[in-house]
Amino acid sequence: MQAFTHHRGVLALLDTANVDTDQIIAKQFLKSIKRTGFGEHLFHDWRYHADGRLNETFALNSKEFQGATVLVTRNNFGCGSSREHAVWAVQQYGFRAVIAPFKGEGDSRIPGFADIFRNNCSKNGLLTIEFSEKEVDSIFESVSARPGIEASIDLEKQTVEVHGSPALSLHFDISPAVKARLLSGLDDIGTTLQEVQAISDFEKRHNDQLSASPR
Amino acid sequence: MPKTLFEKIWDSHQVKTLKDGTVLLYIDRHLIHEVTSPQAFEGLRLTGRKVRRPDLTFATMDHNVPTDDRENIKDPISKAQIDTLSENCRQFGVKLYDLKSRDQGIVHIIGPELGLTLPGTTIVCGDSHTSTHGAFGALAFGIGTSEVEHVLATQTLTQTKPKTFRVEFKGSPGPGVTAKDLILKLIGIIGTAGGTGCVFEYCGEAVRALSMEGRMTMCNMSIEAGARAGLIAPDEVTFEYLSKGDRPFAPRGEAFDRAVAAWKTLPSDPGAVFDRELVIDASSVAPQVTWGTNPGMVMDVSGRIPAPGEVPGYSAKDVEQALAYMGLKPGTPLTEVTINTIFIGSCTNGRIEDLRAAASILKGRKVAPGIRTLIVPGSQRVRKQAEAEGLDIIFKDSGCDWRQSGCSMCLAMNPDQLSPGERCASTSNRNFEGRQGKGGRTHLVSPQMAAAAAIAGHFVDIRTWR
Repeated sequence: MQAFTHHRGVLALLDTANVDTDQIIAKQFLKSIKRTGFGEHLFHDWRYHADGRLNETFALNSKEFQGATVLVTRNNFGCGSSREHAVWAVQQYGFRAVIAPFKGEGDSRIPGFADIFRNNCSKNGLLTIEFSEKEVDSIFESVSARPGIEASIDLEKQTVEVHGSPALSLHFDISPAVKARLLSGLDDIGTTLQEVQAISDFEKRHNDQLSASPR
Repeated sequence: MPKTLFEKIWDSHQVKTLKDGTVLLYIDRHLIHEVTSPQAFEGLRLTGRKVRRPDLTFATMDHNVPTDDRENIKDPISKAQIDTLSENCRQFGVKLYDLKSRDQGIVHIIGPELGLTLPGTTIVCGDSHTSTHGAFGALAFGIGTSEVEHVLATQTLTQTKPKTFRVEFKGSPGPGVTAKDLILKLIGIIGTAGGTGCVFEYCGEAVRALSMEGRMTMCNMSIEAGARAGLIAPDEVTFEYLSKGDRPFAPRGEAFDRAVAAWKTLPSDPGAVFDRELVIDASSVAPQVTWGTNPGMVMDVSGRIPAPGEVPGYSAKDVEQALAYMGLKPGTPLTEVTINTIFIGSCTNGRIEDLRAAASILKGRKVAPGIRTLIVPGSQRVRKQAEAEGLDIIFKDSGCDWRQSGCSMCLAMNPDQLSPGERCASTSNRNFEGRQGKGGRTHLVSPQMAAAAAIAGHFVDIRTWR
């Protein structure tokens, strides 16, 4: 997995809530048995007209957002299907991080990203960052005022600096486990296999439901 | 301390708590299919790793398979993906229910049929509708391909404990109101992110009264409300389902009695505390139809298409975009919206009870002129059962197309697709833009509502129709 420590790059805005994984990578591209080649198909039905021409009104096609590496969007990004191809597409297009707002507070707080998508991101080194809706609004305003501006992300310090005018300096929360994995870039399976004795011990004591041999 | 059903399963599957605070969770059943597994097997090959428990790993092909001619798959890329699964299963010693198997079908339909889905187990699959298996009181959730590889190699997953969310459906739904309507109602209330980070437990009189098929429909769509898993406590309905039929992986005889005794300890203890709770009055739920481009954009069949600004939880811009895509005008009565295509099938509503419900409406009637009606059984077993009951004859006589089993037009990876602008009443689970074909317009409904729409040519209120 690609480690994530810090990153500086152009911010792109996608002002749509509930972006589902069918939009991120359409089903016709899921037939591949490879892990690469998905970037060119990211947001296919939004990026291209039916006849294959570029849809110039779609945000990511604007010239200021070319080469962008940090995607800023609205809540519930990545909902729907579990297809990890969606993460591969976002990453292979060139994004290193995605920013989305959580909603509400405390027990009723709703995360900015769908569960499976966020989990898949953490297995691939794509950083998901959540801010409050107000903070995300402020990034939208900054970028809309000066499209093409960059942000600097420091995962160790959990900060995002938006290099607009005025500059924004924001702090984000992240699960310590996900942070550690992203910083190290270590192979998850390799790490778990260090626990192979514990797994074997568990299998010995786990009840007989485990047996799945047909009668 | 009293525990919830979820906590009992979670606690009994913890291999250990890792240093970073995550839990290494043991997986009892790993189901795989052709679309999300090839890269995982490739990862094993590249690192020289093996499948730790091939005896707990089960594969089928469903997403990408044609539902007409299965012998000659025309799309070479689809065929390559299907062949790759066969080769991977052969190489790694995994049991495969392929297109020649009498047990082939949608992965979430065949798991319960084969008796693989048992109360108190943990089940994962590289598919978000794995939540279906929660109907049996199994903790079942969808995973990505990296996690598929992780489970193949270690039979475990590293997990953070989710929150618990109790949803009670009190009272009894009226005639014509199904499990599909109840779950769509919930999604409409809390939105497509309302359950993110949670595991639902569905309970209450209306849930207890559901068949296993209905419970599977309900748990299936948990993910559409953002929850990775939904659970229903096992009871006599569950035990009855598991005790009957040809379920080679379910216990039998004394082993079954022992299992039932253990399963009876699973339901949430009185006084168990949930992180969140919601009560819905099932008796007030009307048949539901989605009008927009996610399952939370849903309304009563008796209503009118909403206007931007009048839908709680959605910005005016989101509603405008959805209505433009769907080709709908605010204020139009939903029952005036005409349909081009009907799709009855999927892991949500492709079981025998769903086909019986559709057949009961279609019997002795004809599909409206110009309407294409695709009926796709969820599995070969469902297909065989339906044919034994003569349902296929009813479908064909009324002008429907009776197909082979698979995911089909639910995600339209195979040739079953909508054309741009084509409007479909579908018993599937997602009405996202382009889900059933680029430019296609999907309305999610129950099998009864889909069948009635096929005859009328437009949506009808099943409660007053006929």
